[in-house]
Amino acid sequence: MSDDAKNPDLPRRSFIRLIGKWTVVAGALSVGVETMKHLPTAAASESIISRYPPQGPVPGYNWLDHHWAFAVDATRCIGCLRCVEACKIENDVPFNPYNTRTWVERYVYLDGEKEPHVDSIDDPRDIAAAGTRMNYRFADLYEGQKVDQAFFIPKLCNHCTNPTCVEVCPTGASYQTPDGVVLIDKTYCIGCRYCVQACPYGARYFNEQTNTADKCTWCYHRITKGMKTACVEACPTHARKIGDLKDPNSDVSVFIRENRVQVLKPEMGNQPNVFYVGLNKDVC
Amino acid sequence: MEHILHMAYTGYAYPNETVLPWSALIVVYPYITGLVAGAFVISALYKLFNIKVFEPVAHFALLVALCCIVFVPVPLLLHLGHPERALEAMMTPHWSSAFVMFSYFFSFYTILLIVENWFTFRPHAVHMSQHGKSALSRGFYKVVALGSTDLSPKAMAYDEKWMYWLAVIGLPAACGLHGYVGFVFGSVKAREWWSSDLMPVIFILSAVISGSALLLILYPISCKLRKVAIDLACQKALAKTLWGFLIVTLVLEGLELLSMFYRRVEGIDWIARFIAGPLHFTYVDLQWGCGLGALVLLTALVVFRARGRALVAVSMVAGLLVLTEVLMMRWNVVIGGQEISKTLKGMLHYAPPLFGKEGLLVSGAILTLPMIALSIMARLFPPFHDKPADAVPETAK
Repeated sequence: MSDDAKNPDLPRRSFIRLIGKWTVVAGALSVGVETMKHLPTAAASESIISRYPPQGPVPGYNWLDHHWAFAVDATRCIGCLRCVEACKIENDVPFNPYNTRTWVERYVYLDGEKEPHVDSIDDPRDIAAAGTRMNYRFADLYEGQKVDQAFFIPKLCNHCTNPTCVEVCPTGASYQTPDGVVLIDKTYCIGCRYCVQACPYGARYFNEQTNTADKCTWCYHRITKGMKTACVEACPTHARKIGDLKDPNSDVSVFIRENRVQVLKPEMGNQPNVFYVGLNKDVC
Repeated sequence: MEHILHMAYTGYAYPNETVLPWSALIVVYPYITGLVAGAFVISALYKLFNIKVFEPVAHFALLVALCCIVFVPVPLLLHLGHPERALEAMMTPHWSSAFVMFSYFFSFYTILLIVENWFTFRPHAVHMSQHGKSALSRGFYKVVALGSTDLSPKAMAYDEKWMYWLAVIGLPAACGLHGYVGFVFGSVKAREWWSSDLMPVIFILSAVISGSALLLILYPISCKLRKVAIDLACQKALAKTLWGFLIVTLVLEGLELLSMFYRRVEGIDWIARFIAGPLHFTYVDLQWGCGLGALVLLTALVVFRARGRALVAVSMVAGLLVLTEVLMMRWNVVIGGQEISKTLKGMLHYAPPLFGKEGLLVSGAILTLPMIALSIMARLFPPFHDKPADAVPETAK
């Protein structure tokens, strides 16, 4: 009698062993191939472009012909917060001071103090001054005090060239378009909030209406149709500008050419695409 | 949107930061994962490193690991905005995400643990499928045995070989699993409190200490429940293992903090205020207090060669302190990290809610689930080879 006949389990065991071996080999191969596909190469940016068809999601708009960027002239900002309200209305952002796609920070240096006082729409004193969550305003906090210096800094998603939010997204719901915009596919986002953690600029939030991550899209639905973003439209002092870097005469191209621009937290290595004039060392 | 739980803050924090993204549920997730990895390491010390003194807890450790790992996804799924899409992370993975690699490590390791446990408890299942008291019991064990009823020496040797190789693969997988949990946090450069190369190493070591501490507590309790004598040599070896790994863990945790202050990383002033203020109780008092307290107890236990009841009592208290230390370490990493604002100009104050999905009660309940599962599984698959109480050699006495 053979061993197999004596022991009815042995053929099954060999079968299990065979299946096990092949599963390991197949798994290793597929992981290897997938990893190779995603390893950065010298022509990484080229390959990103070539992965996309020329026709983007918007009919009549070729996303390979554009590269969007944003500019902020902070010296022009008056802190009226019309941009925040316009954004919330345009993009259906929850009307509360704790979820926002754009906001404005106020930096105030009082006489004799080294550190600035910073506040924004989420400051309880500013909320009290607004009296409603539908409108936002800066409260008059420094009446009667000698102010050495004060300025406003508008903030929004930086649509980074190396976006950490995209890097950490487990499904690819956060992605970069070939025209330089970072977007979220809300039908695909699992709502893990890893991207909210990973953004160094606090630009992302968890939208409890959609149960997904949310952030500024540079009004992609508008800029791809030749319009400006809602915040740019609403800004009364032209402190905010959106433009196409592939067009040398766009607002942003001209702004970058004519000014010595800075970006926020350059040490993070994210390469932000919101270019500022009027920052100072304390702007966070 | 009045129900949004926003946090008060001192200094300045970005508006979006005032809603905490990761709650107590995300504290529970690395904690349970750590218990899995730690318990597995103890069983591997017996199986791979041939440390025979762990024999009484080797099978038990595997069962503990299994009962813990099945509950790892619970806090994660509860936390997700769209849990129904959770599998997308594995079906259409985005390879650069640490979560994706964790998902694969986790799935692989879960399967490995199930298979290893199956081989371990197959003889019992076969025995019960033939000698079970009721037809239901016999049927249950028959299903568990998967029709593999051969208990001949040859078949057992074959099983041993499988178990050995599963342990060989399982040890790096356990370290990889928990190392990746550390990487999930350590790789977030946006958060000064997390962004550290030491984070994965500290997570692996803290996993080992939490797993051994859990066994150090559960093993004597199980002996009491079974009314058998505790194998003191095993208990002492567990305590010594815990002692050794605890020293390294505490030194690394201390070095990480020291390096942060010595390098004077950006925002260090706020970090110092944070540790002295809101984080003082959970970080200084509980995490470091419990860690150092356990270290003192275990050192005394080793130096004074404690034996008998003193050994059991002291080691159990030390185990409890270590479990608290590790839980607080997870809390201070996950919650603490989010309380230091990304502006590095302020700190947020999180008051954990008691009720609700993200509340402390739900998280606490999830922590008890593995223990409930273990009490059931240990009855179905006894992990101890009980002998009459007087026959147990109390070598350490």
